[in-house]
Amino acid sequence: MQLTPEEQAILGGGRGEAARRALQYQLEVGRFWGAKRFVPVSNVHMMGDIEVMGDAGLEFLRNEVRQSARCAVPTTTNARCIDFAHCERLGQDAGEANKERELIAALRRMDVVTTDTCINYQTVYQPHLGEHVAWGDTGTVIYANSVFGARSNFEAGPAALAAAMTGRTPEYGFHLSENRKGSFTVELSAALEDLADWGAVGKLVGESHQNYYAVPVFHGYRRTPTADELKHLGAALASYGSMGMFHFVGVTPEAPSIEAAMGGREPPERIVLADSDLDTVYRNYKLGNGDARLVVFSGPQQSLFEMKTLAGLFKNRRVTSGGTCIVTTNSAILKQSRDLGYAQALEAAGVTILEGVCFYILQNLSPMRERNRWTNMVSNSAKIVNIIGAHRFNTILRRTADCVEIACSGVLR
Amino acid sequence: MVSDEGFSPRYDLDRWTGVITKPGHKLEGTSIVDKVCFFPTAKGGIAAGWAFYDIKWKKIAPKAFIFGVTNPVMVQGAVFAGIPITEGWSPHPREVVKTGDWVRVDPARKSIEILRRA
Repeated sequence: MQLTPEEQAILGGGRGEAARRALQYQLEVGRFWGAKRFVPVSNVHMMGDIEVMGDAGLEFLRNEVRQSARCAVPTTTNARCIDFAHCERLGQDAGEANKERELIAALRRMDVVTTDTCINYQTVYQPHLGEHVAWGDTGTVIYANSVFGARSNFEAGPAALAAAMTGRTPEYGFHLSENRKGSFTVELSAALEDLADWGAVGKLVGESHQNYYAVPVFHGYRRTPTADELKHLGAALASYGSMGMFHFVGVTPEAPSIEAAMGGREPPERIVLADSDLDTVYRNYKLGNGDARLVVFSGPQQSLFEMKTLAGLFKNRRVTSGGTCIVTTNSAILKQSRDLGYAQALEAAGVTILEGVCFYILQNLSPMRERNRWTNMVSNSAKIVNIIGAHRFNTILRRTADCVEIACSGVLR
Repeated sequence: MVSDEGFSPRYDLDRWTGVITKPGHKLEGTSIVDKVCFFPTAKGGIAAGWAFYDIKWKKIAPKAFIFGVTNPVMVQGAVFAGIPITEGWSPHPREVVKTGDWVRVDPARKSIEILRRA
């Protein structure tokens, strides 16, 4: 990689040991991907919580703090694994909770803004067309690339932190225009009336094209989608397909037409998705022992309008006796939800609202599952239904209203 | 360890034992500890960035990751943890190697040698 004089200086230790080590690490990653140079970034979003970092990661952070590491650009954090208001009740480990407190303090010492959200693109920062950022949670990246026309690769915890230290990231993947063209088309003839339907589309398209460089081009949809619909579509594509970008003709900024999205290339593959394809997705989930005691609205965290929808659906209803319904969101949306009465409506129905976390990231989740004798997890998020498996849940995707019905009736259909 | 299914340490792996625990994964019940792991694809998610470092510290990490196609997260995680990682192969592993075989991976020479059959 070609280094600028400023980058040479960082590599020489001119900005301290933490930045030097960060750039060294970024060089190695960049070399793997054939990056020719670095590109400055204006915003970083990073994952950092004790459940995924472990003692080793925490020790790494302690070391960074000892070396006076400081963010060079505005840096925010992803959802974490502990909501301190609920951790005792949920049976999370007190020792790990203390480590999480120490971790958060360490991040703040480095000037990281601990927003604890996987929907930063909805409530924290909205990059513009062509703006280079270094984001990680894959749902945030695909939204940034696709809907904003900004440019980011998947930046995992240490990679995002390195970008925060150096203010730049290797120029490969979606930072380069040639990688942002569509690779196949998907005609949406399905109705897609629920957020779960959009996630199901992400599952169908992503699972069969599992490739970071595959870029689907959606077209033919009957109306214009909402931000939350694109959020669920993107989160599922990223999760099932490891995809970092999609085009939506007439909606996303780099897709005024199919031809423009495809970069003038003939699509080597054209898919059509109809309602029957979605029906098959829903039908294929195994119901196991019919356990209906866990319903989750999470992964990603709920937006304000998702909170409003849920408050409306749970009005005058109650979560079934012995059942658990969990909603996760970030602190900004929770505050507004309280001001608007949505949070109270949910809590009156027996719903647990967790702040700053996502359900699948929760510390001690496997022991929690065992203690509650949960076998199934029902959700309207295709993403979370995909990713929680290692904790041995049998997962079932259902539309939003169906999830509420399952939570209140205790009957799994 | 040769897999027909892609991989994510969060989606598929018990990060306290090094065993693949995702129900229905083609290699459910298999340990990745000290193995040279062949995966055709990477799944989504960014956990690998920290998680590979975590499992290496816990001494339950693989010896190397061999991917057909991979994604930035797997590479970022492997480099951070000091675990060799490769992308791309010819011929397809299915034709030449199976779980239990002993192999030597030389990323600098871009070669994988089969030393001993299972």
